[in-house]
Amino acid sequence: MSVANNESVAEIKARNKELIKEVLAVYPEKTAKRRAKHLNVHDAGKSDCGVKSNIKSIPGVMTIRGCAYAGSKGVVWGPIKDMIHISHGPVGCGQYSWAARRNYYIGTTGIDTFVTMQFTSDFQEKDIVFGGDKKLAKIMDEIQELFPLNNGITVQSECPIGLIGDDIEAVSKSKSKEFGGKTIVPVRCEGFRGVSQSLGHHIANDAVRDYVFDKMDPNRPAPFESSPYDVAIIGDYNIGGDAWSSRILLEEMGLRVIAQWSGDGSLAELENTPLAKLNVLHCYRSMNYISRHMEEKFGVPWCEYNFFGPSKIAESLRKIASFFDDKIKEGAERVIAKYQPLMEAVIAKYRPRLEGKTVMLYVGGLRPRHVIGAYEDLGMEVVGTGYEFAHNDDYQRTAQHYVKDGTLIYDDVTGYEFEKFVEKVQPDLVGSGIKEKYVFQKMGVPFRQMHSWDYSGPYHGYDGFAIFARDMDMAINAPVWKMAKAPWKDDSNSKLLAAE
Amino acid sequence: MTQNADHVLDHFDLFRGPEYQEMLANKKKMFENPRDEAEVERVREWAKTEEYKELNFKREALTVNPAKACQPLGAVFVAVGFEKTIPFVHGSQGCVAYYRSHFSRHFKEPTSCVSSSMTEDAAVFGGLNNMIDGLANTLSMYKPKMIAVSTTCMAEVIGDDLNAFIKTSREKGSIPEDYPVPFAHTPAFVGSHITGYDNAMKGIISYFWDGRAGTVEKLERKPNDSINFLGGFDGYTVGNLREIKRIFGEFGIKYTILGDNSDVWDTPTDGEYRMYDGGTTIEETLEAVNAKATISMQEYCTEKTLPLIAEHGQEVVALNHPISVKGTDNFLMTLARISGKEIPESLARERGRLVDAIADSSAHIHGKKFAIYGDPDLCYGLAEFLLELGAEPTTVLATNGGKAWEKKMQALFDSSPFGKNCKVYPGKDLWHMRSLLFTDPVDFLIGNTYGKYLERDTGTPLIRIGFPIFDRHHKHRYPVWGYQGGMNVLVTILDKIFDTIDLATNVPAKTDYSFDIIR
Repeated sequence: MSVANNESVAEIKARNKELIKEVLAVYPEKTAKRRAKHLNVHDAGKSDCGVKSNIKSIPGVMTIRGCAYAGSKGVVWGPIKDMIHISHGPVGCGQYSWAARRNYYIGTTGIDTFVTMQFTSDFQEKDIVFGGDKKLAKIMDEIQELFPLNNGITVQSECPIGLIGDDIEAVSKSKSKEFGGKTIVPVRCEGFRGVSQSLGHHIANDAVRDYVFDKMDPNRPAPFESSPYDVAIIGDYNIGGDAWSSRILLEEMGLRVIAQWSGDGSLAELENTPLAKLNVLHCYRSMNYISRHMEEKFGVPWCEYNFFGPSKIAESLRKIASFFDDKIKEGAERVIAKYQPLMEAVIAKYRPRLEGKTVMLYVGGLRPRHVIGAYEDLGMEVVGTGYEFAHNDDYQRTAQHYVKDGTLIYDDVTGYEFEKFVEKVQPDLVGSGIKEKYVFQKMGVPFRQMHSWDYSGPYHGYDGFAIFARDMDMAINAPVWKMAKAPWKDDSNSKLLAAE
Repeated sequence: MTQNADHVLDHFDLFRGPEYQEMLANKKKMFENPRDEAEVERVREWAKTEEYKELNFKREALTVNPAKACQPLGAVFVAVGFEKTIPFVHGSQGCVAYYRSHFSRHFKEPTSCVSSSMTEDAAVFGGLNNMIDGLANTLSMYKPKMIAVSTTCMAEVIGDDLNAFIKTSREKGSIPEDYPVPFAHTPAFVGSHITGYDNAMKGIISYFWDGRAGTVEKLERKPNDSINFLGGFDGYTVGNLREIKRIFGEFGIKYTILGDNSDVWDTPTDGEYRMYDGGTTIEETLEAVNAKATISMQEYCTEKTLPLIAEHGQEVVALNHPISVKGTDNFLMTLARISGKEIPESLARERGRLVDAIADSSAHIHGKKFAIYGDPDLCYGLAEFLLELGAEPTTVLATNGGKAWEKKMQALFDSSPFGKNCKVYPGKDLWHMRSLLFTDPVDFLIGNTYGKYLERDTGTPLIRIGFPIFDRHHKHRYPVWGYQGGMNVLVTILDKIFDTIDLATNVPAKTDYSFDIIR
């Protein structure tokens, strides 16, 4: 299916540049000028991907992005399992995000853990007119009564809160005092703030700093005896169990994981984290802020890692080990060796079926670059990639460590652009989100959701890579794609078609 | 090592391996500062009690696990039902990402919808420029025949005026003077997704019938024999609307489905992506003013739309999600009365087949107790059907049900001896339902995907009927309306009943004496 394989890099670059020109032609002039800055063909050796990013989406173009609330409630705070997260405002935001991200956790839901529940203040017109602070206070009382084993509360602001001038900070403060110093965190993640989910991550990180770290009693007794090998996993949301299949590797190499942020995480783990000797950061985009803060304030160094695919996992295990002594360095080698037979078996099984296949990605925070290595381990090639809410430092990392010369780059891609790119590039697989999935499947293009792992996973770690490889094979080599065209229909011009 | 290349383990098996179990136990013990297990158990038991239920029902401010969404979702549902129409939601962009995801998870289909992407500056200065630019961009990129505008709560709180904004957009040349842009204010803090359906449908109808926001003459009604049909917000819209078309076809009645989204949410995989497919045309929408009558399948989805239509001189009829024999009888007799046509024999035979099926199977349903939750009309339709089956819809709950619905449900209970012990719960949520399932247990629960949490916690088997259904596939393709729809619902209920009996009788040498091969 792919047309990329027979082309030289120069031809690919020329084709991709032409393609960008072609999609821009559909826009009104002003919009074309703005969108042009977000589309590019990567030149090897450049320090970034040559696109602008973290800029407001253009009205009416069908951006795939979400909002600050999604970044805070949906990503950073929502998975903290023993706290109750109030979706504060009208009913919808909490409803649409209810249990949708598959942040796995262990606990008795509704009793001591609350992740897959939807707590909302369900704003009515009178709350808009008269303000919702009294209602919020009452909600906290009712939570205390009906869910007595909760370990804390966060207030996840929806759009109206910031517009009607509610003082959720004051309510949180007074209720925290009333409940004997309970952790209550007001989060100003109204959906209109910023340009995407990204500001929501930042605001949520700042809220951890201000309402968890800064409120901790500096003289509190140590929750456990420190060890020289204590680390915290930062920026893993445990989608389909990702953080678990990562944690096991760190522990097998001799480290001790004292916290998970935030998948299967708890308030106690957030509080533990400043005691870590190293913070290991998977999703840089959503949690670099708090990592930097902990470095500055508590002197905890941090390092980025990538647990997709055996090449990157081995590289990352060694990188993490380099912060520790020989015992850990040996531990890393031992872990790599232990899983080598499994990895060899997985690659022997799936690589022949996937060799040379091309992939186009469009995802969120880290995956547009992080998964490239895993595809390459299977002999596949990523020919296009882009981010919903990256900043320039993400594109720098992408350019310097991941993408190949000539890769098509698209930032905050619009529905129209993405369809056209796929139609022209004709990749063997598209990896993106639920909103995109069925568009491309209709076109006859195999697809995997790369936010939710299409309800599969984990994809992190060695155990996860086996699932990843199986899933990519299952997507690309499913018999269904041979049936898209009816046998009696003319097949001579068969191409994937985007909507006209 | 648990994982295996020959037989790759998925998450549900992988993490049950001993290494993972030990790791998770250590994590909990060492780092989570967990609650005492006995205390967790005590609270878990307490939450099942009458005492807890009373506290739970005293809640005034907190909502937990509601069975409703917000208005704009309903507006998007309506808009995609018109030919080559893009829903344009004025306000924050994250909302639109949510609506699109929500529908795609239910229908397993793409849902196209754009946002005016308002951010902080628009919160201060208003979203006029977002509207002007957004309409121009949407029109040039996606070439819709119509853009149907609704609002998120952000735009409502700052008071953006759609009519004025769209007018200004025309003046600024962002869209042509005569380009159709119907609109509806759909504040998320009023009502629910069914209110949004109502407002958006009313917005589109009044736009086309009443002079396109003051730009052309109002339509003058020239009555004809046609019947308009409104489905209301419906997770089964694909199967239901096709069934309705078939029924109209059997009658030979001229009809117009206003907001026919049955094709756009069921496009083929044949190599071509159809962003638009099917849908009610503008011409049909205009022509619909002349119809003899309009039938709404869901009274509580059309509380404002029907009076508007009635003002134009049409007869309007509101039904309540007909699933039961009586419900479909009433629907067909209404069609016959309005059209002056006899009910076709083919449909009479279908009726007979449904009654036959009920006669064959009702012994397994008779006397069973059911809890139901969902949108008000769906709850009514299901309860009415259960009463016909000799079952008791003991607990009926609609988070978005109001006082009028409560009264109507009570009247339904009062009409049947099987309704004697049944109670209606308007405005309550699924945490209330959880208490009720403990204190007033039933045999089966009927609800959407989120009911699986209630099934897990209370052990009440869940029959998935409602919206959204995320964790079972393709249910929306099967109608629940008409005699055929009643048949589908009957079979769905029976399957769960038989599965439940089998599961309760499958232990060899203990319970399997009742593991019968014939039931």
